Amino acid sequence: MKANSRFIISMLSFGYAFLYIPLISVVIYSFNDSRLATVWGGFSTRWYGELLRNEQVTSALFLSLKVGISAATLATLFGTMAGMALARFGRFRSRNLFTGLVMSPMVMPEVITGLALLLLFVSLQQLTGWPGQRGFGTITIAHTTFSMAYVAIIVQSRLAAMDESLEEAAMDLGGRPFRVMIDITLPLIAPAMLAGWLLAFTLSLDDLVLASFVSGPGGSTLPMLIFSKVKLGVTPDINALATVIMLFVSVGVVVAWRIGLRMQRTND
Amino acid sequence: MNGVSNNRLNETWQRFAVALPYIWLLVFFLAPFVIILKISVADPVLALPPVTPLIGDSGQLQMTADNYVFLLTDKLYAITYLRSLMMAALATLLCLAIGFPIAYGIARSKPSTRSVLLLLIILPFWISFLLRVYAWMGLLNNYGVINNFLVWTGITSQPLQMMYTDFAIYVGLVYSYLPFMILPLYATLERMDLNLVEAAQDLGARPSEAFWNITWPLARPGVIAGCLLVFIPATGEYVIPYLLGGPESLLIGRVLFDEFFANRDWPLASAVAVVLLFLVVIPIVILQRNQARDAEQLA
Repeated sequence: MKANSRFIISMLSFGYAFLYIPLISVVIYSFNDSRLATVWGGFSTRWYGELLRNEQVTSALFLSLKVGISAATLATLFGTMAGMALARFGRFRSRNLFTGLVMSPMVMPEVITGLALLLLFVSLQQLTGWPGQRGFGTITIAHTTFSMAYVAIIVQSRLAAMDESLEEAAMDLGGRPFRVMIDITLPLIAPAMLAGWLLAFTLSLDDLVLASFVSGPGGSTLPMLIFSKVKLGVTPDINALATVIMLFVSVGVVVAWRIGLRMQRTND
Repeated sequence: MNGVSNNRLNETWQRFAVALPYIWLLVFFLAPFVIILKISVADPVLALPPVTPLIGDSGQLQMTADNYVFLLTDKLYAITYLRSLMMAALATLLCLAIGFPIAYGIARSKPSTRSVLLLLIILPFWISFLLRVYAWMGLLNNYGVINNFLVWTGITSQPLQMMYTDFAIYVGLVYSYLPFMILPLYATLERMDLNLVEAAQDLGARPSEAFWNITWPLARPGVIAGCLLVFIPATGEYVIPYLLGGPESLLIGRVLFDEFFANRDWPLASAVAVVLLFLVVIPIVILQRNQARDAEQLA
């Protein structure tokens, strides 16, 4: 294989610098002692202390985690079912509509999905009295709907890449399809389900627009809280919060990546 | 067709596995769009919810095309739609121009470096979208990192106005959506047989000829997928123009948001959403499906 040309290497350097310089500058400024976010006033960790004492932040973080875990779990359940249906069940009635419904939340602009869901919740409330209060439940429903598409695609592509002969052998040996799924298919797609869960969880933690639409007064997720502060400009405590989040995410992603590499190696 | 996929949903659990996500999506994805359509033909009123019901008190049908007529005749909305489409298109092209060499470079690097490079592309994608946009606020500010640097080195005597301009919106769009372009491009370029390019060059093709005749056509599925993943969400983008753009930079995502929350005009906001849907999403999805079908027939 030919080595990369000088042009490609400079584009790579430019691309990675472009991706990382903004993040690094946030980390540096989070240790800035000055209250003015853009004037350097010496090294300090005081914004991290203030962050821990800020009850708004901790309660918003708690709501975000609660929603993220619930939505990711539901999305993994439904997404896995949908992915199996698309990859293994062959043709069934209204399969085209089903495929379209599973995939479209991914391409729909968030403002449209958010508005549509809010209008649904308002109509439902008028008709049935539920949901009486918008917050945890409604945000979870919105995030589940939107992120199950990603789980479905991951599971479907894992199944498509997987040899069907194992499942066929089990069936030929007299296994009932349901047992074959539990004993053979599920263990094989477990890594894909885990990857889907993590992606759904991240998407949920990250979402601002859907949550802003379908949440009610008092139900502020972490991105909603950050957005309300950031609207007014750059502040040092948000720099600290961003740094903490980036640290957690980076450690998580790198650990997951190394586990993935090791699994690949043992498989080979 | 083989044994497993020939099962035509004969098992109860299979029916259940289709029905559960199906019902969920019908209720929480399809039904909401029917409601949007319904509200987009209503009139705003001072009530809760602030719209006229479809069936009036005396059982008559209450529908109006006023919102759509207003959207189509009011110049401001036409310009806003056009601006949103053009900004999204330009941002998509910029992502492609920057993302293609990067994806190509990653695909052609050694397997051990490749996985690290890929990880570094994916990592920012996992970090909060909002925080990544926020990071640029600190850079582009009049007293931000870039301007401090420019003034300090004497390249400019006064800070450049970058924040609250279209330039800042483009930076934000390209920055946020670049991984969505690089990943599908990488996926197709990685599978490409590099011997083809070398063969073309051995046969006397110049590098640019080899690129346009071999690499580009083979990369097309990735280019199309990447462009879709960038263009559609960028058209309705709300956060980036809100935080980085100026107050006069009206884009359709923000107009929809403001129409709904600030003006409480639910019918007009719904009509804005429906028009956006018909203008952007549906044509693109149909196009994409046709191309997928053509590709299947070729294969």
